[in-house]
Amino acid sequence: MKLSGAEILWECLVREGVEVVFGYPGGANMPIYDAMLSYPVHHVLVRHEQGAAHMADGYARASGRVGVAMATSGPGATNLVTGIATAMMDSSPTVFITGQVHAHLIGGDAFQETDVTGITLPITKHNYLITRADEVAEVVREAFYIARSGRPGPVLIDICKNAQIEQTEFEYPADCKLPGYQPPWHAPKSDLQKAVELIEKAKKPVILCGHGVMMSGAEEVLQHFAVKTNTPVAMTLLGLGAFPASHELSLGMMGMHGEAHCNLAIQNADLLLAFGMRFDDRVTGTLATYAPGAKKIHIDIDPSEIHKNVKADVPLVGDLKTVVTDLVPMVDEYEHEEWMMQIKEWKADGDARSIMSWPEDGKLHVSHLVHSLWNATEGGAIVTTDVGQHQMWTAQYYFMEKPKRWLSSGGAGTMGFGLPSAIGAWFAQPDEEVWTVVGDGGFQMTQAELSTAVQENANVKIAIMNNNFLGMVRQWQEFFFEKRYSAVNMRTPDFVKIAEAHGIPARLVTKPEEVQDAITFARNTPGPVLLEFRVEQEEAVYPMVPTGAALDQMLRRPVRQETE
Amino acid sequence: MQYTFIALVEDKPGVLNRVASLFRRRNFNIESLAVGRTEKTGVSRMTIVTNCENDTDAHKIEANLYKLVNVIDVQDVTRQPSVTRDLALIKVKATPEQRSEINNLVAIFRARIVDVAPDSVIVEATGTEDKVEGMIELLRPIGIMEMVRTGQVAMTRGEHCGIRRTPGANGNGWHPEEIVPVGAD
Repeated sequence: MKLSGAEILWECLVREGVEVVFGYPGGANMPIYDAMLSYPVHHVLVRHEQGAAHMADGYARASGRVGVAMATSGPGATNLVTGIATAMMDSSPTVFITGQVHAHLIGGDAFQETDVTGITLPITKHNYLITRADEVAEVVREAFYIARSGRPGPVLIDICKNAQIEQTEFEYPADCKLPGYQPPWHAPKSDLQKAVELIEKAKKPVILCGHGVMMSGAEEVLQHFAVKTNTPVAMTLLGLGAFPASHELSLGMMGMHGEAHCNLAIQNADLLLAFGMRFDDRVTGTLATYAPGAKKIHIDIDPSEIHKNVKADVPLVGDLKTVVTDLVPMVDEYEHEEWMMQIKEWKADGDARSIMSWPEDGKLHVSHLVHSLWNATEGGAIVTTDVGQHQMWTAQYYFMEKPKRWLSSGGAGTMGFGLPSAIGAWFAQPDEEVWTVVGDGGFQMTQAELSTAVQENANVKIAIMNNNFLGMVRQWQEFFFEKRYSAVNMRTPDFVKIAEAHGIPARLVTKPEEVQDAITFARNTPGPVLLEFRVEQEEAVYPMVPTGAALDQMLRRPVRQETE
Repeated sequence: MQYTFIALVEDKPGVLNRVASLFRRRNFNIESLAVGRTEKTGVSRMTIVTNCENDTDAHKIEANLYKLVNVIDVQDVTRQPSVTRDLALIKVKATPEQRSEINNLVAIFRARIVDVAPDSVIVEATGTEDKVEGMIELLRPIGIMEMVRTGQVAMTRGEHCGIRRTPGANGNGWHPEEIVPVGAD
């Protein structure tokens, strides 16, 4: 049977299990939108294509399935770019489908023509330009396979309008012919043996648990390995949730705003087991002084991550779950009594400085708010964030027990990620409680998606931490620029009124005694709800490793806060 | 130090751009790049010469090339026994009296004159980069008007066809018997 290129696209999407796409129609993808009406796929009309990209990303992160976003050519496609870069940096399995002008017009600066495959080349795992209808099936099949296999990532398909319209024989390809793409699975036995030798000798080991643990579905085997070898587990920002925060071996988050005891453990370790993480500069501090006494075993599916930032003594390239499963029977049970005692000591010092042990001072602190939210939701909600201070506080105080519930833009650090990714996550897990914790700055970047949330009646709870500042930049200016505040003071609108204009129930919270009530109100009201918290304006996230400092050279919160 | 890579790539539009873009994005510098067809239809072969500080940087290039979906295979042949060649066409200013001098000179390098004009000759030289460089230095005083070079092409010696895998391309030691390819899921 002959089908149009657009129909073939939907045939393929349905076969890939796509139930929802996030997008925006326009001139160059109208045949796709027309064909869509005949297929059982729910389309979410966003207000800006960046929102669509983050929604697809959030959907992918919360479900582990491929998220799909669509846009038209030119500005539609370029609006996706921030979202694609975000998905690329955090290895989120996503497929982006953009319309392109007629093949014969390409290169002629036609209306809404942009070189989308050129623009997205460095920010996609792979991309395609389709100029003929008979290419569609094969390309879509490959795109989904590439997006979700190996180290996942965004794949973009740019489809010329004529390829959407032309009719051709449709046959779903049985498999992908990708001679240059064979993600590694097992690591070689001899290399595993080398790793085991290091593990046996280690007195002070630490596991560094990254996003790859979740990508590979290695949470269980990681726990098994950690318990068997009695090795504490430090997590990257995106690794949060891959190992239960309440576990006695959990060290919490590492890095620039990581737990002090966690960073101290890494710096003093004699063996680091990097599981699906990439030694980003935000987790290593300055490389010259990073974990000087530690041997490094680096397990990653992406060979280009090996030796990229930190030289690995034993690299194991393969699927993390497979490699660790292979390792488990090769290792014994070990005691690291002294090491555990040392870590406990460091931890006690951190607890004494924790903002959680401060007495109530009548002000709203984001850390306290996040803690209240954690209590109210029993730590079980899906939580998305924007980027900045509130993100770090949420990472620090919303203790994640389960994977795929902590959605945050890590590598790219994209402000505006919070709200759209929460909407995407809700589509992936409609029965789960979904919260987005955002700052007043980032929220305004994708605030338009409030309309989308209303139109879809997305059950997403929005908590805006409003300090009338671009908080993290302000903190840096305070610490490193002698408190010369430059362009960080932000006059914000009345968020409650904005919510009400959308028909979203909302509350303003200014006092600690109103917090519980507001959270309960949000949880008990179906559909989107917005809470605005007027929080302490000039508070800093601690601990903090200044750029260029060693990981254990942290700025610590004073034990007793002096009030001005 | 100069490193030489051989990459087998799918002969598809935009692949050269992907490779070149990778070098730019990862901040590596291409000294020379030669592309052409191979014995297999649909497969092109690139010889890429770069300047790297050390083996770790060379590994980064190799691994990043390997990661490109359209790159079928890649190999660092820097330290392997291999034949490398560079072809140069050099237009030299030459009066009729100077022709025989030039002819004698280039003969030492097994190069030859392939075109003669009233005021110039074109010399074709093939060889390792060093040899071509050496000849160019001798021709320079006579007067080089124009020059074009292909950049290096390389092939490893011995029984192995095409690409011989060395440890490193995918980060692991290469133990073919233990590598289980992943099927489409």
